[in-house]
Amino acid sequence: MYVLSAIVSLTLLGLFLGLLLGIAGKYLKVESSPVVDELEALLPGSQCGQCGFPGCRPAAEALAEGNAPATICPPGGSALAEQIAALLGLDLDLSDVKEPELLVARVSEDTCTGCTRCFKVCPTDAIVGAPKQIHAVVADACIACKKCVDVCPTECLQMHPVEVTLRNWRWAKPVLPEASNAVC
Amino acid sequence: MLSFLKTLRIRGGVHAEEHKAATAALPIATNFPLPKKLYIPLQQHVGKPAEPVIKVGEKVLKGQLLAYSQGLISAPVHAPSSGVILDVNDYPAPHPSALPIRTIVLETDGRDEWLAAKIVADPFQLAPEDISLRVGAAGIVGLGGATFPTAVKLNMGRENRIDTLIINGAECEPYLSCDDRLMQERAGEIIDGVRLMLHGMETDHAVVAIEDNKPQAYLAMRVAADPYASIKVIQIPTRYPMGWDRQLIRYVTGKEVPVGCRSSEIGVTIHNVGTAHAVHKAIRHGQPLVSRVITVSGGAVKRPMNVEVPFGTLISELFDFCRVNKAETARIIMGGPMMGDSLPHTGLPTVKATSGILALTQSELKNTDEQPCIRCASCVSVCPAGLRPLDMANNIRINQLDAAVDLGLKDCISCGCCSYICPSNIPLVQYFKYASGEVIARQQAQHKAEQTKRLIDARNDRMERIAQQQREDELARIAAKAERERLKAEQETLV
Repeated sequence: MYVLSAIVSLTLLGLFLGLLLGIAGKYLKVESSPVVDELEALLPGSQCGQCGFPGCRPAAEALAEGNAPATICPPGGSALAEQIAALLGLDLDLSDVKEPELLVARVSEDTCTGCTRCFKVCPTDAIVGAPKQIHAVVADACIACKKCVDVCPTECLQMHPVEVTLRNWRWAKPVLPEASNAVC
Repeated sequence: MLSFLKTLRIRGGVHAEEHKAATAALPIATNFPLPKKLYIPLQQHVGKPAEPVIKVGEKVLKGQLLAYSQGLISAPVHAPSSGVILDVNDYPAPHPSALPIRTIVLETDGRDEWLAAKIVADPFQLAPEDISLRVGAAGIVGLGGATFPTAVKLNMGRENRIDTLIINGAECEPYLSCDDRLMQERAGEIIDGVRLMLHGMETDHAVVAIEDNKPQAYLAMRVAADPYASIKVIQIPTRYPMGWDRQLIRYVTGKEVPVGCRSSEIGVTIHNVGTAHAVHKAIRHGQPLVSRVITVSGGAVKRPMNVEVPFGTLISELFDFCRVNKAETARIIMGGPMMGDSLPHTGLPTVKATSGILALTQSELKNTDEQPCIRCASCVSVCPAGLRPLDMANNIRINQLDAAVDLGLKDCISCGCCSYICPSNIPLVQYFKYASGEVIARQQAQHKAEQTKRLIDARNDRMERIAQQQREDELARIAAKAERERLKAEQETLV
């Protein structure tokens, strides 16, 4: 008798809770998966489009669905790739990934007309200037999204590799000899 | 009797072939001809570069201030000889990359005329703070190679209640013997410098630690330190890297400096013998740091020696003086062969950090024919920091830097013991140097990403504010227009 009432009550409880969950799932549905939000928070958020997606959120969605590799974001580099791989639990072998060459925009003083178009599109306010004044790029804030290059009417904005100085010079990775590739 | 217990305190290390005999027996040469031009970099220390106070074309005297120190951790630069300032511009730095560094070029006039110095009659009457001020103003930095500003270290010593000052006379790097000769010839001056440092740090005890392969230096220092009960001179076993501060502190005091702490936090501070000598010169004679003893040695050097040279002397002039065979030189190294940096050419100046310049022949270089790792764990047993170099290198090879950091990459001191001992010639320390730089670069990238996010948010906020303002203005304009029309209509009806 006790067994029967226990089975009945637990079954009823189960059914009731299941119903509750079903209703909650329908009415309190979260629009996107939280992984996408977490991924979006990791990405730079500059909507630069270098990954081939229209912005950082679409890229995060593609990552969450497994349609994009962890190395998708060029400005983030391998540091971001490692974070993404850790979040999604992916195996990541970066030994073949070439670090993208770091670029920075620079204004050529000879051809700048002071049209102000570039600093209007700059997502990080890295360009300073005023109408009919020569503009300048704050190199530390530039994220190399190339939006300014696209809008410049005189092609005076060009991307240049970041200059190597004593402050950012680093030792190169030792080159592997052919023979030991397979072992270790 | 208990000395065998003390040897247990030494962790890891190697006994490399010393190659010191060629220079250790010769007196320090002081007859180096004054170069026509001196190239004096504005950053010869850890911290912010110095800021020039002179103008091009100005005449300066030896010891005159050329550039003042900026910020808390920095050191000034003084004229190494008298003459005229030719230029202040970018010139190649004594660095493996030889990238440009801001440099003052001084054309010497040959008179080598000192600036009149203010000498204190009895420096022990000075306040301890005054000692560190004078040491800081003399541009003294750690001459063992780390080039940390000495005055900052003296101040930290006073604040942290140091109970032992260790004077590092280990000179464990092969080939180098500049500290050895300095201790043999100028022991009295070094001991005086040590007493001044003790006064400046308000500390009672100093231990001068000298490796037992320098018996003459040990004897000279013993004799010089004999009258002073506060200074003890001891011999320590010869084993690279005995001169590493943590190794030396562990051996001398038995205390271990915890990871991420400074030695001053456990009541110990360490200074090099060359630094003590510079302190003596600065306080007793009022002379700033403008020259140092440099070991020039290596297989390609025909006249190897220890020579006192003014800072800014080009290595090429030093090599001419010591008759270096250019054809035989396979590698030029600044510092010792274990931790020193290889330089791409000789057109670079000597600086405060230059303890030695080596011109090595091909036969003296390590075989770089890399073979697979045989997991012999030799590198583990020689690592003085207690790390597992082979595992760290394997992780770095596949760019798993986080894993390498977990294994203790940040505690690696780049001493080179692992690379030295590796029977398979794996460039272990080179991997760690690369990875350390890469870790810093990634931290900077991370920092930049955070900054970028902040900038983008700030911009979006501003755009939103501007749009809001425009909407409000538009509404106000429409309202004003309606009001005007209403008034106009009212007037018309009145008329």
